[in-house]
Amino acid sequence: MLVPISWLKDYVDINVSPDVLEEKLFSCGFEVEEKYQVGKDISNVVVGLVKTCEDIEGTHLHLCKVDAGKHGELQICCGADNVHAGGKFPLALIGATVYATAKDHVTVEGVMTIGQGKLRGYDSFGMLCSGTELGVSEDMYPGAGYNGLLALPDDAEVGADVKPILGLDDWIFDVSITANRPDCQSIFGLAREVAAVLELPIKTPALDYTETDVKKPFNVTVEAKDICPRYTAHYVYDVKIGESPAWMKRRLALVGCNSISNMVDITNYVLKELGQPMHAFDYAYLEGDAINVRRAADGEKIVTLDEKEFELNSNNLVICDGKKPVALAGIMGGLNSEILDTTTAVMFESAKFERDNIRKSSKALGQVSDSSARFSKGVDEYTTVMALKRALHLVEELGCGKVSSTGFDVNTGNSIEPFELKASVAKVNGVLGIKVPDKDIVRILTNLDFKPELSGDELTLHIPAYREDMATYQDVAEEVIRMYGYDHITPTFIPTAQVTSGGYNLQQRTELKIKRALCAQGAFEGVHYSFFSPSDLDLLRLPEDAPERHAIKLINPINKDLSLMRTTLAPQMIAALARNQKNGILEGRIFELGNKFIAGKLPLEDYPDERETICIGVFGENEDFFSLKGLVDAIADSLDIEFEYEETTKTFLHPYRTAKVLCEGVEIGYLGQLLYEIVDELDMRVNGYIAEIDLKALTKYYGKNQKFIPLPKYAEEKRDFCFVMDKKLTCAQIEGAIKEACDYITSIELFDLYEGAQLGDKKSMAFSVVFTPKDEEFTQEMTDEFVNDILKNVQDKYGATLRA
Amino acid sequence: MADLNELTQKLSDIKTEVSEGLKALANSKEAFEYRKSLMDSKTGKIGTLMREMGKIPNELKAEYGKKVNEIKTWAQEEFDALETKLKEKEMLMRYESEKIDVTLPAKMRKKGNLHPNTLVKNQIVDIFGSMGFDVYEGTEIETDYYNFTALNIPDNHPARDMQDTFYLSPEFLLRTQTSAGQIHVMEEKKPPIKIVSPGKVFRSDDDATHSPMFGQMEGLVVDKGITLCDLQGMLNVFVEKIFGDGTTTRLRPSYFPFTEPSVEVDVSCFQCKGKGCKLCKGTGWIEVLGAGVVNKKVLEDCHIDSDVYSGIAFGIGIERIAMLKYGINNIKLLFESDLRVLDQLDE
Repeated sequence: MLVPISWLKDYVDINVSPDVLEEKLFSCGFEVEEKYQVGKDISNVVVGLVKTCEDIEGTHLHLCKVDAGKHGELQICCGADNVHAGGKFPLALIGATVYATAKDHVTVEGVMTIGQGKLRGYDSFGMLCSGTELGVSEDMYPGAGYNGLLALPDDAEVGADVKPILGLDDWIFDVSITANRPDCQSIFGLAREVAAVLELPIKTPALDYTETDVKKPFNVTVEAKDICPRYTAHYVYDVKIGESPAWMKRRLALVGCNSISNMVDITNYVLKELGQPMHAFDYAYLEGDAINVRRAADGEKIVTLDEKEFELNSNNLVICDGKKPVALAGIMGGLNSEILDTTTAVMFESAKFERDNIRKSSKALGQVSDSSARFSKGVDEYTTVMALKRALHLVEELGCGKVSSTGFDVNTGNSIEPFELKASVAKVNGVLGIKVPDKDIVRILTNLDFKPELSGDELTLHIPAYREDMATYQDVAEEVIRMYGYDHITPTFIPTAQVTSGGYNLQQRTELKIKRALCAQGAFEGVHYSFFSPSDLDLLRLPEDAPERHAIKLINPINKDLSLMRTTLAPQMIAALARNQKNGILEGRIFELGNKFIAGKLPLEDYPDERETICIGVFGENEDFFSLKGLVDAIADSLDIEFEYEETTKTFLHPYRTAKVLCEGVEIGYLGQLLYEIVDELDMRVNGYIAEIDLKALTKYYGKNQKFIPLPKYAEEKRDFCFVMDKKLTCAQIEGAIKEACDYITSIELFDLYEGAQLGDKKSMAFSVVFTPKDEEFTQEMTDEFVNDILKNVQDKYGATLRA
Repeated sequence: MADLNELTQKLSDIKTEVSEGLKALANSKEAFEYRKSLMDSKTGKIGTLMREMGKIPNELKAEYGKKVNEIKTWAQEEFDALETKLKEKEMLMRYESEKIDVTLPAKMRKKGNLHPNTLVKNQIVDIFGSMGFDVYEGTEIETDYYNFTALNIPDNHPARDMQDTFYLSPEFLLRTQTSAGQIHVMEEKKPPIKIVSPGKVFRSDDDATHSPMFGQMEGLVVDKGITLCDLQGMLNVFVEKIFGDGTTTRLRPSYFPFTEPSVEVDVSCFQCKGKGCKLCKGTGWIEVLGAGVVNKKVLEDCHIDSDVYSGIAFGIGIERIAMLKYGINNIKLLFESDLRVLDQLDE
């Protein structure tokens, strides 16, 4: 919110510098996001009195002698058509900074420093300035809009700095107001805080006016009482539409508001000053001598001041006359009752509309105004009544109309009045953890106009209606400490809290262990968004009925690429592999541990299953299916379990290099090489490999009892077998046949694989098998029997024989 | 019958021949072979000398035997000495031939790293874990009730506009704050409660400094007599451990619906020690987190007696800490799995 300090000073006699004021506001909860002097770029410009002014023949220039007071008399060449002897104008001395303008003298092109110049052979020791060159618009200073010199008043002191005269010494604060303080969304509202923090009195703006005895037959009804708690209106006649006075235009300009006409400016001025949006209807266009506040009928239409047409429904609140909607309540007036130059009578409206209704209507209709923004933050009724009085006062002050005695104040009974709040001082101090002296508590709450009464431990406060945020002793504690100062808090270390033990639980520790195991294998942890794109599912070539396509949709995504909750972690990992290759990295291992989201019914009716999943991606010339498999096995290894692998297919993986991963017979994931088509599609330079493991399915193995198994008492036996077999047989099949043949086997390891001319259409696999004795030493006969059993089983099941 | 002179001459000739032979040897293998050939008891020039004994007259046998032994001993000693010398030389040559460039790359697989967010999360959990905080991880998808209503943000509250929310259905949404987890914990557990709740949160914001998904960690203490002073004391310990000794905090008023009073917590700039620098924009302070005393309405809605118990809560942005601590300049870098980024930060 933009706050000119000069305006604040209407209500508080601020006696500190802008820096101190900024600090004070900061300490009590109002951060000044930016502060600047209005004329921050202007310096060394003084009041110059033109003594003589002669035309330079054949040019549009004038040669002037200008009295600059204590800066002496200077010769200035000036091209402006309104320069004349006896006139007072802003004079930029040598070394002054002003705005540089383009040839049109209107477009500002930056800041320039004035140097000694020579025009058509005549020296010029400075420059007489226009409003534009000083950054002053017509609204900020009458006459400043003229495309020539800015004429200064006759009483301006020659040689004096022009900045105070033109208001360029004013400061603007851009203050951020937290959502709990809608009452500070105005200059006067903030002034109350300034007064409290500086411990100065607050001056209320003038609200007095005189009603004539003119009465109009008119009626105001509020049908939609739930969303319009208060509606006030007043009839003003003999209206003379014209320009607003300079002071009002200037203030509106400083807070970024264009001056339109006196009547409209009054409503905008009151909005900025008191934070109450107002509206003025042209009375001549109100039919039926009535105003009715009601919900719009479905399909009802209105054209707003900016000539946009809206089709409404019963969620939208409208202000109607006797026949038709004349305003979209709280958002914008209707074109049909707009204030025009010909307007002679107006009906002023000052009302409180429910902030939620205005916020939602404004959002749904896509129509935002200063008024709707203000209502969305919350307006109190205290201000509703005050604002109407203020507007009527301004009508009188500006002399632009007569205040009738036709006024309405419809209080629907939902109004908020000043209220009493009782709080225990002990509880207030209990929240803070320090003891704020009673006298300071009373002083602070008095400054906030809460009229505190202290009796023993009990504080009774009379909360003004605009402080709707005040409800409990905690709120009182906050008011006290923000004014008393947070630097009074003395850090303690939860001395009254009970001792608890803490840290990661088993699941969290195990997940970290798995992550570290993958890191040890050279993989880097990545984090990707929980949402992805429908095109990610297409990339995976998933059929229409694939379960992954049953994804939760975001109702209001930022864009389509972030519109679905992910049902697989693979596509973002594939994208990461491709991105790294674009960055010139041609080898790497990445993993992510995150959730995929499996929904039941859509749209959601219950919490979906958020499944912790690990996705691993590797890429590079030296990587292959088995290096990825090593990473998957690292997960099993860190959980002290074993995975089995079976051939399978996936729509996005190599048809002959893909496996499903099983744990105790349950499928828990897959791994495989990316389709070459995808590698090409994403301009990848090397192959990629992807695995996805459902970690949630493995949680039952977390923290499996670690138990020591004594070292074998008797010597283990190791035997090597080299089988010749059909090429189609797999390592897992032979291993399985070996394992089931003997109970004493504790390890089977493949150590050689051979396919070649010597074996024709067969291949050989060599295994090292370890037998571990249990309760007795192995005898020669026993081990011979183990070997024979293995040979027989492998032969019977798969026809594999020992290689000769 | 040979006389002694003849024998002596013969032994002397052998000695001369062997001496010459030794000089011609190039390596220990040749030496070994040569020694073996000389000493062979059937064919060797020295090895067979004792066989001649039969031909020696008895009176000379002792003398002959002595001479043969002398030459044997001599030869053994010569060979031993030579072989030692040759072996030394050969070892030196072997070493020399095996010279390597020690600056060639090592044979190792470089290990990977945990994500910066995980690093920061672990550090925070370590700190608060040692203070007795459990770690509770809520769900990314939440109901409107837990994310807003239970946190004292009713439907018509303007604070709903403070955080642009992604909705999944009228009831379900992507949580905008890990504070949602507070409520679950307070519903399930009775005081004393000390938890931190890390997790991903989502807001409809996407520009240079905002990511639509980011990490947050909520902290909550509910027990008897917990105050604002405790909040600052606890956070002082936290910032000192995270940002280094001497780092301290400053509280200033703010607003969160679920805490009252609410504060923004600034840390003294750990780079310039409060003198003012680019990092702290010359102020000496850096905004790092929001906190406050738990609103009693929130406690009461969770059926915790606010006359007996009070609480403090804080919310930390994980990326904010990671970016400050490691000097990462763009939040988006944390979600791109760019190995050039991930390779830089380690535990």
